[in-house]
Amino acid sequence: MDRSSSGAGEGRGARPTAHELARYEALFASRTRSMKSSAMREMMALTERPDVISLAGGLPDTTTFEPELYAKLMSHVAAESTARALQYGPTDGMTATVDCIVEVMAAEGTLIDPSEVIVTTGGQQVIDLVCKALIDPGDVIVAEAPTYPGAVPTFGAYQAEVAQIEMDSDGMPIEELEIVLDRLQARGRRPKFIYTIPNFQNPGGVTMSLARRRELLVLEDNPYGLLRYEGEPLPTLYSLDAEVLGSGGGADLVIYLGTFSKILSPGLRLGWAVAPRPVLEKLNLGKQGADLCSSPVTQLFVAAYFNERDPGGGRRWRAYLEQLKVLYSRRRDVMLEALADHFADDARWTKPQGGLFIWATLDERIDTTDLLALARESQGVAFVPGRAAYVDGRSGSSSMRLNFAGVPEEDIREGMRRIGKVVREQLSLIGTLSGSVPSSRNLARGAAEREPGTPPGGEAAQVDRGVAGGGLRAGSPGAGQDAGPGGDDSGLADVVALPRRASEGSARRRRDR
Amino acid sequence: MNEEKKVAVLKGGPSLERQVSLRSGAHAQEALVRLGHEVLALDVGPELVPELRAQQPDAAFIALHGRDGEDGTVQALLEAIGIPYTGSGPAACARCTDKALAKYLMREAGVPTLDFHFLREPSVRQLGAAHAVADIEGRLGFPLVVKPASQGSALGVKFARASDQLPSAMVGAFSYDDKILIERYAKGRDLAVSVLDGPATDSTRSPPGRTGARRAAPFALPVVEAVPREEDFYDYESRYEIGMTTFVCPAELEADTAARAQELAMEVYTLLGCHGVARVDLMLEAGGDDLWVLEINVVPGLTETSLLPQAADAAGIGFDELTARVLASAWTR
Repeated sequence: MDRSSSGAGEGRGARPTAHELARYEALFASRTRSMKSSAMREMMALTERPDVISLAGGLPDTTTFEPELYAKLMSHVAAESTARALQYGPTDGMTATVDCIVEVMAAEGTLIDPSEVIVTTGGQQVIDLVCKALIDPGDVIVAEAPTYPGAVPTFGAYQAEVAQIEMDSDGMPIEELEIVLDRLQARGRRPKFIYTIPNFQNPGGVTMSLARRRELLVLEDNPYGLLRYEGEPLPTLYSLDAEVLGSGGGADLVIYLGTFSKILSPGLRLGWAVAPRPVLEKLNLGKQGADLCSSPVTQLFVAAYFNERDPGGGRRWRAYLEQLKVLYSRRRDVMLEALADHFADDARWTKPQGGLFIWATLDERIDTTDLLALARESQGVAFVPGRAAYVDGRSGSSSMRLNFAGVPEEDIREGMRRIGKVVREQLSLIGTLSGSVPSSRNLARGAAEREPGTPPGGEAAQVDRGVAGGGLRAGSPGAGQDAGPGGDDSGLADVVALPRRASEGSARRRRDR
Repeated sequence: MNEEKKVAVLKGGPSLERQVSLRSGAHAQEALVRLGHEVLALDVGPELVPELRAQQPDAAFIALHGRDGEDGTVQALLEAIGIPYTGSGPAACARCTDKALAKYLMREAGVPTLDFHFLREPSVRQLGAAHAVADIEGRLGFPLVVKPASQGSALGVKFARASDQLPSAMVGAFSYDDKILIERYAKGRDLAVSVLDGPATDSTRSPPGRTGARRAAPFALPVVEAVPREEDFYDYESRYEIGMTTFVCPAELEADTAARAQELAMEVYTLLGCHGVARVDLMLEAGGDDLWVLEINVVPGLTETSLLPQAADAAGIGFDELTARVLASAWTR
């Protein structure tokens, strides 16, 4: 019940609970038209129900943070820094917090100049500020496909034209990128920046040499480089660029985006950017207009947390990070096992070496937006449909993003069992309707065996393979038929970071019936 | 009309159209407050009936879209607990929400509606319905539109250009409803005609909670045209996507075409037994003057950008007046 406006006393003479929007309709900026919602995003908002097992969120598991430590840190901030915590802070962030950022980045092997850092209100603000500083309506951004669903509405709000490049198992294929850049150039267009979420396979050196050759800015969104469960850490694009320049200075083509959301808490709303100084200045001006400064309360909380030592003298934050890695990698394994148990032969999925998500791609005849509607309704389980990671809202239609980090093991198992059940039912129905057996691997056989008079669904569905979009391009290395169950699609593992509720990312606006 | 009433605005709920419903409800609430009524806003859930019984409103203003709110479920409940409500009764709701039923009734009555076939999911599993698909294709030809029989939003509406696309289109639609329609695709202009009961008489004299006011004859509001913003739209679904469409009201039509659209809307309104208000969606097929009735919405959207308020406005009926008239329908049954 909507208690806020119910009950006697409300009503007559009371102030209306909401402004009448119609009066403002003519006042809205044209950019609000491109802040479009979609039926798919609105449906995602419905997955936030207590009775639904949601593998849709982008959440880390904050229940693992010790309540006593939280209380102690908050008391410390309250007692030791009362006036500072309650006061405005500098726009670019408090020195004590920037020191923590330097420490986090050093842990990733990236040395930075503290004067090139700006502390932001979550990593999301960096995306917003970079667009604010660089994007005029119609400007081009190049992004991976799939990309971070939370960046899609931001790009839309700035009326950017986004060219998405389908990834293969190594990330964004450079030759594809070259083709897109040439095509843009032929139209006299030049991307303002390349938005990339470096994943655990991405050969950053290749990306950076291209960026350098073409003098292109790169926005490196790296929310969980430290959440690596196996394999050797790869250098950040930022550090690669700085290395080329030598002299121990910062990068000049990379804007680095970091966040405390995944290694500590998204509730603090603290992220940061490290950027070339001229860009940094514009980000700073943009941030002044946006929120003056990020919360000193949470900045001081971070500083206090980074000062914490273990009984053994080690850094407390490192120990917590290790604890998270153990927990998340176990949950990842549980999900991978559940995928193998419950998903049909022709599904394929990433086997991430880190991060929070698995990207799974089903038979191309299944639309995961429809699947979500059915799974939520009939099974009480939710995931992010692949389309959310595509700016056109249509590609990626047979893929889904699954969060394994924020969900207990038994919920992962049960959730995957439920999704698997719905998928099997849909495949069986498609098989019956098209007269083929419900497996795209056997489509040719299914088509050959179909009864006379039934539609030849199998054949054309096979022809369509790879066209429907959704994950790996057919024919690319490690894609399609080469990647069987649990196949090594690890490159895609961390392409999509979503540190927020599905509903928060969606700019809900017009919905005309 | 101006007597203060205690009005429960029912909105939200778990349907896929929850967000629109919340906005419709909020918009109606504002108007009801301005009209001097006491407003009780209810986001419907398991507490709906207990809450209504406890609060005993004079009427329920239904701003629910989709399942429960539009299919007669809530209307029947309200009748069970004796609370007057706005709009159509359970039977009309059922007839309109089930697009297949509505189309069968229209076809029988000679109302032009695009040729279609109806299919239930259990029949695929239990009656070998897959073997009928080729016949359906043969009869309707391609391209085809597949839609869930009772889904109001764009979700689940699929387009199939050829046989091979039909099975997944059907399964997509079955994700929302076990009943689907397979319909001939027609290209043309999307029109909507809202029908409103005339101003009620004597409603102020009937005691709260009692029916008895005289219902005035319904009339059609000006035709609205939905124009896709992007002409080169990629697929059928996108024309339903938010922000892809602009609305023209009154639609720029030949006078007799507009009149025919209005007549058809009125005919359908009466045929299906609608009450208070409804919106009838039509198509003016390209390359001719064929008008087809697509579907009927018994709880039209009331958001600031919805079609019904725009059409009412074009007829000189402001939103408050529109809301008052819809509310009055609670006592004219």
